[in-house]
Amino acid sequence: MRDVAVVAFAQSRHTRTSEETSEVEMLMPVLHDALGQVGLTTSEIDFTCSGSCDYLAGRAFSFTMALDGVGAWPPISESHVETDGAWALYEAWVKILTGEAETALVYSYGKSSPGELRDVLSRQLDPYYVAPLWPDSVSLAALQAQALIDAGHTDERRLAGIAARSRGSAQDNPHAQLASSPPTAELLTADYVVQPLRRHDCPPVGDGAAAVVLAAGDTARRLCPHPAWIRGMDHRTEPHGLGVRDLTDSPSTRLAAERAGAFDAPVDTAELHAPFTSQEVVLRKALRLGDEVDVNPSGGALAANPVMAAGLIRIGEAAACIHRGASRRALAHATSGPCLQQNLVAVLEGDR
Amino acid sequence: MPDVLSAPLVVEFPFTRSLGPVQSAFLTGLRERSVLGVRTADGRVLVPPAEYDPVTAEEIRELVEVGTAGTVTAWAWNPQPRPCQPLDRAFAWVLVRLDGADTALLHALDAPGGAQSVRTGMRVRIRWALEREGAITDIACFEPDDDGPTTHEARPHSGEFADPVTGITAPARLDYTYFPGRAQSRYITALAGRKTIGERCPSCRKVYVPPRGACPTCGVATDEQVEVGPRGTVTTFCVVNIKAKNVDIEVPYVYVHIALDGADLALHGRIGGIPYDQVRMGMRVEPVWTEGGRHPDHYRPTGEPDADYDSYRELL
Amino acid sequence: MVKEPVAVVGIGQTKHVAARRDVSIAGLVREAAVRALDDAQLTWADIDAVVIGKAPDFFEGVMMPELYLADALGAVGKPMLRVHTAGSVGGSTALVACNLVAARVHRTVLTLAFEKQSESNAMWGLSLPIPFQQPLLAGAGGFFAPHVRAYMRRSGAPDTIGSLVAYKDRRNALKNPYAHLHEKDITLEKVQSSPMLWDPIRYSETCPSSDGACAMVLTDAVGARRAPRRPAWVLGGAMRSEPTMFAGKDYVSPRAGKECAADVFLQSGITDPRREIDAVEMYVPFSWYEPMWLENLGFAAEGEGWKLTESGVTEIGGDLPVNPSGGVLSTNPIGASGMIRFAEAAMQVRGQAGEHQVDGARRALGHAYGGGSQFFSMWVVGAERPTS
Repeated sequence: MRDVAVVAFAQSRHTRTSEETSEVEMLMPVLHDALGQVGLTTSEIDFTCSGSCDYLAGRAFSFTMALDGVGAWPPISESHVETDGAWALYEAWVKILTGEAETALVYSYGKSSPGELRDVLSRQLDPYYVAPLWPDSVSLAALQAQALIDAGHTDERRLAGIAARSRGSAQDNPHAQLASSPPTAELLTADYVVQPLRRHDCPPVGDGAAAVVLAAGDTARRLCPHPAWIRGMDHRTEPHGLGVRDLTDSPSTRLAAERAGAFDAPVDTAELHAPFTSQEVVLRKALRLGDEVDVNPSGGALAANPVMAAGLIRIGEAAACIHRGASRRALAHATSGPCLQQNLVAVLEGDR
Repeated sequence: MPDVLSAPLVVEFPFTRSLGPVQSAFLTGLRERSVLGVRTADGRVLVPPAEYDPVTAEEIRELVEVGTAGTVTAWAWNPQPRPCQPLDRAFAWVLVRLDGADTALLHALDAPGGAQSVRTGMRVRIRWALEREGAITDIACFEPDDDGPTTHEARPHSGEFADPVTGITAPARLDYTYFPGRAQSRYITALAGRKTIGERCPSCRKVYVPPRGACPTCGVATDEQVEVGPRGTVTTFCVVNIKAKNVDIEVPYVYVHIALDGADLALHGRIGGIPYDQVRMGMRVEPVWTEGGRHPDHYRPTGEPDADYDSYRELL
Repeated sequence: MVKEPVAVVGIGQTKHVAARRDVSIAGLVREAAVRALDDAQLTWADIDAVVIGKAPDFFEGVMMPELYLADALGAVGKPMLRVHTAGSVGGSTALVACNLVAARVHRTVLTLAFEKQSESNAMWGLSLPIPFQQPLLAGAGGFFAPHVRAYMRRSGAPDTIGSLVAYKDRRNALKNPYAHLHEKDITLEKVQSSPMLWDPIRYSETCPSSDGACAMVLTDAVGARRAPRRPAWVLGGAMRSEPTMFAGKDYVSPRAGKECAADVFLQSGITDPRREIDAVEMYVPFSWYEPMWLENLGFAAEGEGWKLTESGVTEIGGDLPVNPSGGVLSTNPIGASGMIRFAEAAMQVRGQAGEHQVDGARRALGHAYGGGSQFFSMWVVGAERPTS
């Protein structure tokens, strides 16, 4: 397999709303940042791939306007996935593996502020049996959390601990939307949003964008002093129906991790796309992460969750740890769909 | 005027969903107050009935009837229901494994005893909607079933009903707030004064109308405002003979691309004040505003001589 | 680094119709997928990954419907990737699947694209009432008609060319059992006397709205050896994008289309496409796009494309048959339309196109485009394995 690395990562300052900017106005500075880090222009990029979703914006073909921020002239080799940008990165990685590209620009963005995200996400569900009931995303995550509590895998105190730890970590993350937390005991006095989840168990709703530059072999070495090499990447899918899954486990995450080689050697850092505290419990178990692993040093999706970009940001954050020498081998995870239906795992390493 | 604009955007449609045979049997069954599942090749009973086995992907068509009471396998107390959810008072979302089934169905549980009365493993039964039409909402919700455990084996069922349901209408409305962003806000605000303000790319110097925030060929922000028009040249057009949805204009009318003087690409509009069959490429036009209109109502000929083809072919 | 050769060993599509009222969305996609698997004599267990594409989610009112479709597509426990590149998506989706095999990430991949337009109304999905913007003044055809007029002005093509294309494609569709429109009593006079909707585009020169799905099984060299039927080999594939609207954009012959075609021919070792390509399945939603794309793709010099149409070169019996399947003018499940072009091109070089088979087709082009004539995807498939 060809050596491919993340050589640049940029993201916006994630915010609850971004009224003053259109999608392209939010995205463009992030693209400039990522390309600027490696001194490349759009025309020097061999392949571009993005991830976004029309349902967030409430407009069909919303990604076509975002393309304005790329400067796709002369015409570029380009594609788009209607899901989290982590899958756009996967598509770009495969493109480089074919040998047809040496470099790739991957970006994604999501503005959750224009709509009611909890209701919007209910449109992802089985359109015959489930969507007509409008179960919202927090409620579904709460079902999963209760299943974990019933199974003895966690309790509300430990979930609050995950929230406090994540937002505490985010204090060092200038892009985070939420970067502080009251202590655990205080968190537990709050009302439930949907029992057993309180506000602190849920991700902030907000807007943001991210971009990553990938490069192969010597090109990566030329562009970046400490490339974050993608040693493996895989993604897997669960059945759609919540009632046929074991919500306390994530076999698709485990399988993706196996295929990505995550279990071949220990990782020191993991960036998990767990929008809800309870989902970190599921993922830690599936990925066999012990306490020695630094989980979500960025604060994770609990610190900023720009939908459609939050998964790509996990890969970017894991790579950034390697870029700055804070990690030698890191795992990045992204998810899509209700209650962790689809999961992607990437294993990144610095030069040995 | 505020610096940036916003406005409500409603996305609403009554989707018409046709059903496959398994879904048709299940939803018709609900109308008749019976619950059908499907049996997989390895003997599991799936309720609600999937059309395809989640494990093997095989098509499944063997229908069975299961009980209308069951056991809660997971729950979440929802103190503040959202607008379209099954109950308008606090309720529990539940996954219920109906008697005779091996998988669970998602629905609402009406639990007057509150969150503390709900637990995993509790017995619940279906409360049927008074008016049923063949939809998942024919189950109004579940309710606690104090009668205790019953055993109900899944029984074969033909899936045949009189007057089966073959489709559902699934209305969906989502409310958004639309933010056009800085550049478009500047443009729209200027239109209120009947001025058309384009923006120039600092890199290629082209003037964009309407501006969308970025020069799409250079990928940089446009920020220098330039007034263009009001006159312009018709670059190309078509004669519209059928009424477009949401557009209240008598046909035929002429839909045109107009390069306003000073702009580097054409915008779209309609021509009036001249018979439709006399509109020409190269015709010189100017906007006609109506009271309260955000955009020009239409454009009309200025009477100037037509522009040379070569003068606008790059804008075509 | 040498790419793994990629072979098309299974193709399936639904009978395209205005409304499939007897199936769910899953049932629709499943029908195409099962036909592709049957064609390849493979089972769900043989598939390593699924790549699915469709146009905007608002058309069916399901956000990211692949999540719900995972079970029907046998994607449980497998990678599943969803592509959306507007009208070109069917082609792009196939190319993404192709790359998974070419990169040796997977051996055998199912790729599929669909649209079930009868769940809503495409014009509703395309014209959501975005605040502040001028409402779409002219409907779908109105967007394209001015560009057609620009082409007519530029090329001096006679007014009748569009009707010739429509008459040809509708007759070709009669030979394709899967085509949506089967107008058995079609005549050139009927086309030419059909209502002028968006002058210069007549009713009979526009595409229908269809429910439909198309699927293909792509595999590597080993898989191709095991295949029961002759494979189509992917000789080249490319995507190109340019912005939606910009100063200097050529809507008649977009540069992204030209460069995409040049790339795909270069990869395929084709220097004279007019002679070396035996059949073309191109995305022609309005009849005039046939001559426009003939020029854009390099089959004719600028301003000369209409002459190929007029002289019958693009008929099934001509020496550059275009859309022997009847094309988008006869069948348009939007998100699937591009993949149908790709699949029909593969069917031609596999010799499985039945009544609309082009005799002796050895190399064929599949073409898709979308957005504001800005997204292009193309592949060239051949009867012989590429020499690398």
